[in-house]
Amino acid sequence: MWRFLIPMALFAILVWFFNQGLGLDPRKIPSPLIGKPAPEFSLPVLGEKDRMVAMSDFRGQVVLVNVWGSWCVACREEHQVLLGIAASGAVPIIGLDWKDQDADAENWLRSLGNPYTVTLVDEGRAAINFGVYGAPESFLIDKQGIIIHKHTGPITWEAWQQEILPMVVKAKEAT
Amino acid sequence: MKRFIALFLLLAYLPATGWAIDQQLAFEDPAWQSRYEELNAGLRCLVCQNQTIADSNASLAVDLRGQVKEMMIAGKTDKEILDYMVARYGNFVRFQPPVNNETIFLWAAPAVMVLGGLLIALSIVRRRSNLPVGDEDETPVGGDA
Repeated sequence: MWRFLIPMALFAILVWFFNQGLGLDPRKIPSPLIGKPAPEFSLPVLGEKDRMVAMSDFRGQVVLVNVWGSWCVACREEHQVLLGIAASGAVPIIGLDWKDQDADAENWLRSLGNPYTVTLVDEGRAAINFGVYGAPESFLIDKQGIIIHKHTGPITWEAWQQEILPMVVKAKEAT
Repeated sequence: MKRFIALFLLLAYLPATGWAIDQQLAFEDPAWQSRYEELNAGLRCLVCQNQTIADSNASLAVDLRGQVKEMMIAGKTDKEILDYMVARYGNFVRFQPPVNNETIFLWAAPAVMVLGGLLIALSIVRRRSNLPVGDEDETPVGGDA
């Protein structure tokens, strides 16, 4: 009897592990930066290259930092959602235009609409400090400048309503 | 024949020499270059499946190699460079996961499996050696045990 039960049990355990593995997304990598201060940066503003904006300029407000690029296909999909978030006025969105051509980025914002309170140009350094490995990625940053959430991939309207917005509301209430 | 063998050995060794992926050497000093390559080989290209940044020309890998080079020039130690990457990308960025509470099962699994297999093999051998000698004759041909 045992002779059959033990292999069957082992097989069942193996199947359970494989089944769990099917549900995992290999591209979802937990960010070690959650709960840590957002990396400091000082970057030029898109279209106004002499004006520099630093992370510390946003101290005291909740902001959503969105890493994008006009070369990024998934960003196009996300753009409508960002426009909706901007229209709701729930949280200012800071665009980090990553590894992009300024002209392409300006074109993109002109033709698709601009959800960003300010768009900063990053050649790659700031993105490395944020641990970015692909666009789009978004970071929710609280009033103390702490990263409280990271969203990998395009933000969907559901993700905004169900995950991010509640965190924005909570972070705004906190002093 | 000897020539053929020599050629074969040379070709077989070729992939192991690992052509540097950068167009030019990052450092002129061979010691620095090899340190640079070693560091790159230990860092995962996060946008590729199972490649290091030494193997990939994905733009993120290029950026990370640039970061490694810059930090080396700035006089950072290997550990400082690794820690910098881990602080931003997590332990996933290390191609060889470190041994810690989260990964101990991963590291111990091969040893546990080999030991387990040995124990099972041992118990089967023991049991068989205790069988009376004439027992084998009763087993039908082709049957196991």
